[in-house]
Amino acid sequence: MSRSLRPLLATAVIFAIAYALAVLQFPAMFSTRVLGNFLTDNAFLGITAVGMTFVILSGGIDLSVGAVIGFTGVLVAVLISWAGWHPLTAFALALSIAAIFGGVMGLAIHYLQVPAFIVTLAGMFLARGGASVITQDSVPINHEFYDWISQLIIRLPGGGRLSFIGLLMVAVFIVGALVAHRTKFGSYVYALGGNPVSASLMGVPVARTTVAVYTLSSVLAALAGIVFSLYTSAGYPLAAVGVELDAISAVVIGGTLLTGGYGFVLGTFIGVMLLGLVQTYIIFDGTLSSWWTKIVIGALLFLFIVLQRLIFAASAQGEKAS
Amino acid sequence: MSSSEYALEARGIVKIFGNHVALDAVDFGLRAGEVHALLGENGAGKSTLIKILTGAYQPDGGTVLAAGAQVHLDNPQQAQAHGIGTVYQEVNLLPNRSVAENLFLGHQPTRFGLVRRRKMEADARLILKRYGLDIDPSSELGAHSVAVQQIVAIARAVELSGKVLILDEPTASLDRNEVERLFEIIRDLKAHGLAIVFITHFLDQVFAIADRVTILRNGKLVETRALDDMTRTDVVRLMLGKDVAFSGATGVEDARPMGEVLLDFANYGRKRSVHPFNLTIHKGEVIGVAGLLGSGRTEMARIMFGADAADEGTVKVAGKPASIARPTDAIGHGFGFCPEDRKAEGIFGDLSVRENIIIALQGKLGWFSALNRDEQMEIAGRFGESMDIRAASLDMPIKLLSGGNQQKVILSRWLATDPAFLILDEPTRGIDVGAHAEIVRTINRLRDEGLALVVISSELDEVVAYSSRIVVMRDREMVAELSGENINPGVIVQAIANHREGPST
Amino acid sequence: MMRRILTRLANPQLLALVGVLLVNWLLFPNFFRITWQDGRLFGSLIDVLNRGAPVAILAIGMVGVIATKGVDLSVGAVMAMAGAVAATMVVAGYPAPVAVAAALAVGLVCGLWNGFLVAVLDIQPIVATLVLMVAGRGIAQLITEGFIVTFTDPLLIFIGTGSFLGLPMAAVIALVLMILVTLLVRRTAIGLFIEAVGVNRAAASLAGIRSRMLLFLVYGLSGLCAAVAGLIVAGDIRGADANNAGLWLELDAILAVVIGGTSLLGGRFSVPLAVVGALIIQAMNTGILVSGFPPEFNLIVKAALIFLVLIIQSPLASRIVPVRTSAREARS
Repeated sequence: MSRSLRPLLATAVIFAIAYALAVLQFPAMFSTRVLGNFLTDNAFLGITAVGMTFVILSGGIDLSVGAVIGFTGVLVAVLISWAGWHPLTAFALALSIAAIFGGVMGLAIHYLQVPAFIVTLAGMFLARGGASVITQDSVPINHEFYDWISQLIIRLPGGGRLSFIGLLMVAVFIVGALVAHRTKFGSYVYALGGNPVSASLMGVPVARTTVAVYTLSSVLAALAGIVFSLYTSAGYPLAAVGVELDAISAVVIGGTLLTGGYGFVLGTFIGVMLLGLVQTYIIFDGTLSSWWTKIVIGALLFLFIVLQRLIFAASAQGEKAS
Repeated sequence: MSSSEYALEARGIVKIFGNHVALDAVDFGLRAGEVHALLGENGAGKSTLIKILTGAYQPDGGTVLAAGAQVHLDNPQQAQAHGIGTVYQEVNLLPNRSVAENLFLGHQPTRFGLVRRRKMEADARLILKRYGLDIDPSSELGAHSVAVQQIVAIARAVELSGKVLILDEPTASLDRNEVERLFEIIRDLKAHGLAIVFITHFLDQVFAIADRVTILRNGKLVETRALDDMTRTDVVRLMLGKDVAFSGATGVEDARPMGEVLLDFANYGRKRSVHPFNLTIHKGEVIGVAGLLGSGRTEMARIMFGADAADEGTVKVAGKPASIARPTDAIGHGFGFCPEDRKAEGIFGDLSVRENIIIALQGKLGWFSALNRDEQMEIAGRFGESMDIRAASLDMPIKLLSGGNQQKVILSRWLATDPAFLILDEPTRGIDVGAHAEIVRTINRLRDEGLALVVISSELDEVVAYSSRIVVMRDREMVAELSGENINPGVIVQAIANHREGPST
Repeated sequence: MMRRILTRLANPQLLALVGVLLVNWLLFPNFFRITWQDGRLFGSLIDVLNRGAPVAILAIGMVGVIATKGVDLSVGAVMAMAGAVAATMVVAGYPAPVAVAAALAVGLVCGLWNGFLVAVLDIQPIVATLVLMVAGRGIAQLITEGFIVTFTDPLLIFIGTGSFLGLPMAAVIALVLMILVTLLVRRTAIGLFIEAVGVNRAAASLAGIRSRMLLFLVYGLSGLCAAVAGLIVAGDIRGADANNAGLWLELDAILAVVIGGTSLLGGRFSVPLAVVGALIIQAMNTGILVSGFPPEFNLIVKAALIFLVLIIQSPLASRIVPVRTSAREARS
């Protein structure tokens, strides 16, 4: 079996076992209602994680996504509620700003030859600061378009509901998987994460790919910000603090190598669902506290980092010996 | 001479780095349907020439012609567009991607922007079959042996370029069967009219596969000739610049008393690196190590120093069995090692000359017995003077010094530890005449002071002058130990060139 | 001698600090006014020292890590854990010195854990320390059971808000740590070895330097410094807030080190200049506050600062204008 499939399989098995155990304890967790809410509650995280998957596959990291979500939420809320824009126009502007923002970070990472984490850290400060400068308060959004979207629901047998934002996340995952696995751009992203020197010698447009990856990540983070504003009907500058860590965790737990080159977009989907499962379980349990989420995520992160280390170190030695 | 005689031609190529002339008016012509070996020791200019032919460097003078027309190659993609494909020693493909994707990356067949994976894999299967590979195109490249990866790299280069194939040491990490398999592919491509440049350190392989040979030395063209009328000895002589017939230099007189035995390596070796060898080294003697690049001479030095651990044999230091698995073990026994690649393994570029000199001594003293600044200055100053290190200040970063002065600093680093045994890997390569003489003088002085030394060098004149014995390496094996009147360049060249009995390759 | 001290002081970091302070003075004429009240000094300048202390302490630990080509993302979470341990223990009735020792021990263990992942399992530092960055805050909340644990213990409060010779205790602790760590790395060979490993690990190995112990040391020290900073922050608010204590301070600490002239690619480092870097960040924060701008401007100014430093340190810039790295200047 291909070694990049092994962490993915491990994630899938862990998710299946964890879900089965949870259902044994709380049979109510096996319902369309819970599954539907899984999608809705994690929509913004999932969309962010798709962009993060591309960044990590390319060998980078993006710490700015949580701040971009916060900034987008505030910008959209202010444009709609204070300036009276139509939500769609506000969305278009927010996505364009995010595209430029991500593009500039990509340019800086490529041309200044500095680690991605420090550049995206500056991006995080900038976006968070920008959001707070616009306003420091939570800005509610009351617009008929928002009401209309929130009523776009597919009802499932058993009382479950598939919301628009949940389906949007699924769509982003499907498109993301197609782009990663079936386009030339996707192959360039993997090439960059595998070996940037080889990639450049093989004719991969390294600068263009780097810029595109960070642009994509910021645009998806902005989309997640829009989804978050639909979810909460408000914009708040300190929204989604720390979401970058959840997104990175979901990507790694989903089987993507944190140093780049190996992984699957759909693995990230399982990673997001696994994080969602931990949260839902804690809510069902009622006696466990929310901090267990962080501890469990940290433990899973450690498990997968060591697992990947062992798998890839073992096969690297196998190559040398063969 | 019609220019279209050559598929690829370089005329009067000059390349200068700083004040170092890497290539000095070099001509090179490659015909369609020939395998052309490019030979030379490190620093001869081979890799610079290759980088110019593949567009990685731009020449400072001269022209490159493809199929008779002058071309400007600004990057590897342009070289590819002119039909020039390259395969590097360390396979420059993507081990994390499928074989098919490695063949087609950037040129995948698509429909509506989506890669047609099935068509790509079917096409890949056909191509792989032509190269005698029956592997699954959807499998990960990294799961295959280096030989298979090398063949995939050749297939990619030929499929995308199609006229000229440059093979930069493709056989360095292959075993005999794999090399033979590669050669079958090369012969087949040659029969199809491809022009092939073949770079290797293995003379046997040159004679097995190449039609003509171009030899470079110190950035200059020595000769381009058909191989038919050349012997191995001719080739080695041209590479090392030694005229065997007139060489009369002999080794150190045997009259000088030899010191007691310091080191005794018995059956010492490391798998896939150096065959087991036996070597006894006395105090007050210099063992010269001769051999071409890739002969195992550096690997031998590394296992002696514990930079790579030996996995066979034993070593005795001053008669007592010792274990040298790490450099710290070796240093504990009074060893020192000046590596061949000064920049990557020798100097600490951003640190000062002073710190570069005292660091091994400080390493020996440990964390808490720090030399204070005055002590450091005293030690650094002492060696700065005795080794004649030309630095504006001992506090300037070593990376600003010339190569020769850097080498003197690294030598000083070990002398500061008061060593019993020094291993010097190509100590005089790429340095100016003055520093060269200083280092040779130092080697002689240290020998007279009773140190044991192992010196690896391609400068045969120099090696015969200070060595009491010479060890010859070939194919990762110690093949001869010369002493007495056998220490002369002619015998050494013969020993380096002499090939194994039996079928070549 | 005098001239050497003067050239030592004329480095870009100190000049930048002076520049920022002067701008603050222009914006707020009383900036340099220091008063003596109730046995301690008061004033904006003292405030910079006091508020800058936690990041300065983190930077003292972080600078060694970065010099080895590493990074420690977990220090913010370790601060929260240390604060939580100390607060919970004094509330449970343990003597304050025991609680402090336990908090320091927790920091040290966290640092050694990171060191183990980096030195033994050979995991990339940014990846290895991410684990504790994520889990650490959860563990801190587990210790405090989700509450902000407030305490009245005089020793812990003294660490955060007390004064010594009129100076804020936090600043005194930072100063003492700076001197101790500087002595540790410069009076022994440790600093040289850290730089050697950061500049060229292959050459360091051939020169007989074992990098493994060194990595344990720098990550352990970073964890310990984080615990000290955590104690100060907890003492300052008289409670352990597992959610917010040290939040994003790892990033400020990295920024302080980078401003202090240490390259993220490892090599030359200077502990005092990293502290100066932390003071520059804090002086800007204070300046923005006292001049009436909303504190959120901080983040934007910080972002601009990162870009500025990155551009100055980038290979692109050194190709245009050859810059000598400042840490080297400061030491020679």
